[in-house]
Amino acid sequence: MFNPDIIKPENLVYKKTNVLTDAVMHYCPGCGHGTTHRLVAEVIEEMDIQDKAICIAPVGCSVLAYNYFNVDSLGAAHGRAPAMASAIQRMFPDRHTFTYQGDGDLAAIGTAETIHACNRGENIVIIFINNGIYGMTGGQMAPTTLIGMKTATSPYGRTVELNGYPLQITELLAELPGTYYVTRQSVHTAAAVRKTKKAIRQAFENQKNKKGTSLVEVVSNCNSGWKMTPVEANKWMVENMFAKYPIGDIKVDGEKVKK
Amino acid sequence: MAIKGAVVIDKERCKGCGVCVVACPNNVLALSKNVNGKGYHYSEAILDNCIGCTSCALVCPDGVITVYKVKL
Repeated sequence: MFNPDIIKPENLVYKKTNVLTDAVMHYCPGCGHGTTHRLVAEVIEEMDIQDKAICIAPVGCSVLAYNYFNVDSLGAAHGRAPAMASAIQRMFPDRHTFTYQGDGDLAAIGTAETIHACNRGENIVIIFINNGIYGMTGGQMAPTTLIGMKTATSPYGRTVELNGYPLQITELLAELPGTYYVTRQSVHTAAAVRKTKKAIRQAFENQKNKKGTSLVEVVSNCNSGWKMTPVEANKWMVENMFAKYPIGDIKVDGEKVKK
Repeated sequence: MAIKGAVVIDKERCKGCGVCVVACPNNVLALSKNVNGKGYHYSEAILDNCIGCTSCALVCPDGVITVYKVKL
């Protein structure tokens, strides 16, 4: 319903931030990547660090993240984003270097780089999108794939005997002394989006105060990989993914949160 | 005090995922019968009871929704 009395600049309450470019995102309809991109961009805008932010794009669905963030960006080799971010942050300590990685990038091929960057306590922000599948390559099994979940490479469902257990890399990284803030959030409802934005803001504030590594995991859907509609995928995520990957803070101010 | 809102949806950028339709507390939004240039059934406002809560805009993965709100 078009209402010209209300649609005036002075009544504006929400608008896409200018830190995101106007390019149409290549992500599938309903993908959590788009929402998370927007939240990171909004935090950058709110903190007024657009000229200081440096985005390290990974390999994966978000490989083209540099087309959407209106900040300085680089593309890293597969899984090597934390290593690259470490170097850049050390060379430019006053900048805000952040990596934006998926589970295939951070938890599979980049495990070594991620663990060592976190263990060294590099002053970087890691945004980690966990959707339990390799999205870009066509829905193959990832380390974070749930037991019983069907993917292109586990057509009868993932089994412990053959494929082992889902990797809870975020809990693993929270054990390291270098990490200062580790949290797990999601972006499927408006309330969850607000919390995630708060978490991302906290991560960038920690970086500003030179506290060490901050990691924000965002449990996301992959409706193409899971072969569902976006709304069904969000529902499936709440019912299945949250059981293995519970939402909430894992480490705050360098102290593990007691459950 | 009554609150009245309005949403403006960029039809051409909308991918018709339907996440905003579920997020709206007042069922203002629905997917259109028509399609945009890319063939997606874009989201549109079908009712006039928007309260400008921005829930739809917050969950929109493509950031196509702009929200306005006015106190009457």
